[in-house]
Amino acid sequence: MSKVLIIGEQTGGVLGQAVGRVVACAKELNASEVVVALFGAGDLASAADAAAALDGVTRVVTVDNPANDHPLAALVAPQVVALAQQGGYSHVLGSNSSFGKDTLPRVAALLGVPQVTDIMLVLGERSFKRPTYAGNAIVTVEVAGDGVVCGTVRSASYPAVGNGDKAPVEAVSLDVALPSHTRYISQETSKSDRPDLQSAPKVVSGGRGVGSAENFKIIFSFADKIGAAVGASRAAVDAGFVPNEMQVGQTGKIIAPGLYVAVGISGAIQHLAGIKDAGTIVAINKDEEAPIFEVADLGLVGDLFQLLPELEKLV
Amino acid sequence: MKILVGVKRVVDYNVRVQVKPDGSGVALDGVKMSVNPFDEIAVEEALRLREAGKATEVVVVSIGPVAAQEQLRTALAMGADRAILVESAEACQSLTVARVFAKLVEKEQAGLVILGKQAIDDDAGQTPQMLAALLGCAQASYASKVEVNDNSMRVTQEVDAGLQTIDVDLPAVISADLRLNEPRYVKLPDIMKAKKKPMDTLSLADLGVEPAAALKVVKTEAPAARGGGRKVASAEELVKELKNKGLL
Ligand SMILES: Cc1cc2nc3c(=O)[nH]c(=O)nc-3n(C[C@H](O)[C@H](O)[C@H](O)COP(=O)(O)OP(=O)(O)OC[C@H]3O[C@@H](n4cnc5c(N)ncnc54)[C@H](O)[C@@H]3O)c2cc1C
Ligand SMILES: Nc1ncnc2c1ncn2[C@@H]1O[C@H](COP(=O)(O)O)[C@@H](O)[C@H]1O
Repeated sequence: MSKVLIIGEQTGGVLGQAVGRVVACAKELNASEVVVALFGAGDLASAADAAAALDGVTRVVTVDNPANDHPLAALVAPQVVALAQQGGYSHVLGSNSSFGKDTLPRVAALLGVPQVTDIMLVLGERSFKRPTYAGNAIVTVEVAGDGVVCGTVRSASYPAVGNGDKAPVEAVSLDVALPSHTRYISQETSKSDRPDLQSAPKVVSGGRGVGSAENFKIIFSFADKIGAAVGASRAAVDAGFVPNEMQVGQTGKIIAPGLYVAVGISGAIQHLAGIKDAGTIVAINKDEEAPIFEVADLGLVGDLFQLLPELEKLV
Repeated sequence: MKILVGVKRVVDYNVRVQVKPDGSGVALDGVKMSVNPFDEIAVEEALRLREAGKATEVVVVSIGPVAAQEQLRTALAMGADRAILVESAEACQSLTVARVFAKLVEKEQAGLVILGKQAIDDDAGQTPQMLAALLGCAQASYASKVEVNDNSMRVTQEVDAGLQTIDVDLPAVISADLRLNEPRYVKLPDIMKAKKKPMDTLSLADLGVEPAAALKVVKTEAPAARGGGRKVASAEELVKELKNKGLL
């Protein structure tokens, strides 16, 4: 039987959408306990309640500390290590969010164990499948030794669990010296009322073919019409059409919406790495030889500036 | 200040890798190998810091087979001052690589380490954070902008929500993201000059590094293929298809 500690994420009291996905993965580990730890400064109650309601969670621990106001890997990692050691956990998991990917390796190195990035399937308590080479080679790995198993869970591989029995919530204070070498300064987030790219059931992405930031309006407008989140290729981000957090792909966000519409995107392997698990892929591209058509379930050849307004009228 | 930079030899990013039919790995015979793209960006950033007078020496490091000398030469041609090959016939995983870098930081008295945010072969994205943990120092990951002040750095990190800025004291480990800079092109005379630059070869044993517990790769397989799709003739047909599937 395993005992799993999950590094949960919350912003301003709202539980991160990935936590339920990590719990789904943890449940496959033959776990007797699945504990979600939340780090913050004040105001953790509602996130803790949401985590406690997730099906399969047996306990929630909150670590309230001014230093956790804007959780940073270098400060959270030693707290996770303390929790892991005190609680005798066999597994420490996080999501493959930027925070999870920044924190878990630090935790693993402090524990002196390797880390499994992007768990996509659990085969056993120490055996997993994970993608390499931008998803073009899937490896089965076994974690050697008998140390704690540390890993990040590939959100796109696990639908979130629903709600179940309410688990107890416990506030803990940790006696850990936190380093002063890392200080939060600021965060820039573009405000948007659109659905969240990482959890939306529909996503429309634009690429270099869209041509400019101004032209991206046509993508936003179509997305709004069908209630979709908006993503982009790296080329579109690099060209300054849209901000970096919209990048989909190997080095951007890896998503699994039911519907993915790629507009003016050629379909480089690094982009495809981000959408392999989408339900239905639609491609709109004027080049009928574009590689995106090799993976698209439905392809439409033509000029996006003509087709998108047409589509918008039809839906 | 001396800067150490990681340079991993990986399959070129344009290559579509093939999984071997017997599941023992990916086919690497005759495949083009290059500097990991994120490491090229790391080298470029280190060079810019030196050119701006913030650093005195840029030392590039690769852990891998003798052939990784090729990638180190590329980094030297870009402008790095010297190179260290830590030779290992067996591929080393992140924790072992981090141990090597930790020893080298100590040996070289480096003030800053710049690595790539991930190696595009294993896609692990762990080494920088592990190294920072072993050194007990700060990490700034997915950097898209860095600014060195006296004993600290201000780094903008690309995070899921947007851009996050943090201050880190030196020494620190930075991991480079794609938008940190545009690496320079190497010119022929630089390649000639690079041949004369110093390159040391060490072993794990020379550095007193024990390979860490690792992930044992028991099988490699191709991803599930997506069922081939088809083209539709018009916007009307596309909308009809999507409505049939209940997607609109
Ligand atoms: C290490 C590394 C990591 C990377 N990570 C990522 C990543 O995470 N995500 C990512 O996306 N990329 C990534 N890339 C970049 C990737 O290799 C491609 O360069 C990028 O995806 C190309 O973006 P694009 O398809 O928008 O542009 P292009 O390849 O230039 O394609 C533009 C497409 O638009 C079409 N088009 C143009 N005009 C029109 C029109 N009027 N109507 C219809 N179609 C039109 C063209 O036919 C073309 O197919 C990475 C690269 C490297 C080296
Ligand atoms: N064998 C290696 N030699 C040199 N640098 C490496 C090596 N492995 C990893 N690195 C560095 O660590 C970064 C992240 O690698 P990884 O954790 O494997 O994804 C790379 O971009 C390199 O900068």
